[in-house]
Amino acid sequence: MGIKRVPPIAPADDAFLQALVEQLTAALGEGVIESAELNPHLSHSPVLVVDKRRLSDVARMLRDEPLFRFDFLNDLHASDLKTHLEVFYVFQSHQTGRMLGIRVKTERPGGSVPSLVDLYPTANWHEREAYDLFGVRFEGHPDLRRILLSDDWVGHPMLKDYEQHDEGV
Amino acid sequence: MELTDRSGLDWADLGLEAVGRAEREAVERNVLFSTFEQIKAWARSNSMWPLSFGLACCAIEMMATSSSHYDADRFGVFFRASPRQADVMIVSGTVTKKMAPLLRRLYDQMAEPRWVIAMGSCATAGGPYVRAYSVVKGVDQIVPVDVYIPGCPPSPVALIYGIHKLQAKIRYEARTGKRVMPSGH
Repeated sequence: MGIKRVPPIAPADDAFLQALVEQLTAALGEGVIESAELNPHLSHSPVLVVDKRRLSDVARMLRDEPLFRFDFLNDLHASDLKTHLEVFYVFQSHQTGRMLGIRVKTERPGGSVPSLVDLYPTANWHEREAYDLFGVRFEGHPDLRRILLSDDWVGHPMLKDYEQHDEGV
Repeated sequence: MELTDRSGLDWADLGLEAVGRAEREAVERNVLFSTFEQIKAWARSNSMWPLSFGLACCAIEMMATSSSHYDADRFGVFFRASPRQADVMIVSGTVTKKMAPLLRRLYDQMAEPRWVIAMGSCATAGGPYVRAYSVVKGVDQIVPVDVYIPGCPPSPVALIYGIHKLQAKIRYEARTGKRVMPSGH
């Protein structure tokens, strides 16, 4: 049994970003990727803003396409940007060493985003956390209930306009 | 009635002129008198077994208190892992709303008489997390507290001081028959 080595995180460049956008657009059509940039806060990895209705298709292609092979969902979290909610995914490839960020916008409050549990089982608890704290509904999640707070909690406390149900306790 | 005796004690000076002859003879044989309540309080206050209830950084100081340098064992303070064996709950750390029902259940499982020490700012009033959505603003919202120890976190010396305060409270209540704080808070 050999130990499989995980390659170090590979820095991305404009050429990789270009190839990524062209591949995804060619396969899934115009409008799938709303914008694309290299993010200095994420090891200069590409960050794509993806149409939420096509998120599952994009993630499946990123995982299965031999050029990308993003086999690991590194992180999943939500943010409240007041005008809309955003879910941020960080994909990593243990074969090429590439990192990739994806943003998906949805309406607030209580917008829905397709669940990635079918593709990445690790998304299960992450999506429950994003639902718990931000109220993002993940369509297709097998067990979307609270994970950090108690089941009888009122509201989603990380929303900017959250008001405490039991102030004073 | 003579007010000095073979022991050389001045009973009037000690305010004990009302003590009868039989008792005085017993005292001369080194027999001490007390009430049963005070005997119980003396025994209880010198063997207070805390329930280990470490919730946050205060628990590190609590562990330091029980380890060799500060040596809480010398006050009869032995940490127990079961509420059935514990007399005092030292709530050391931040109590979240999710933890609160469990804390109350453990308190209810402790045999009476039982006491609670709120160790540190968080257990006292929510501490630096008082504005957080998930934190209970003081453990006295859930269980009656006997002693509050300020600090963030309190040092082992402060915890020992708090334990001494609780011992003094138990003895005072037995001696005077007065409650320092009404039962049930």
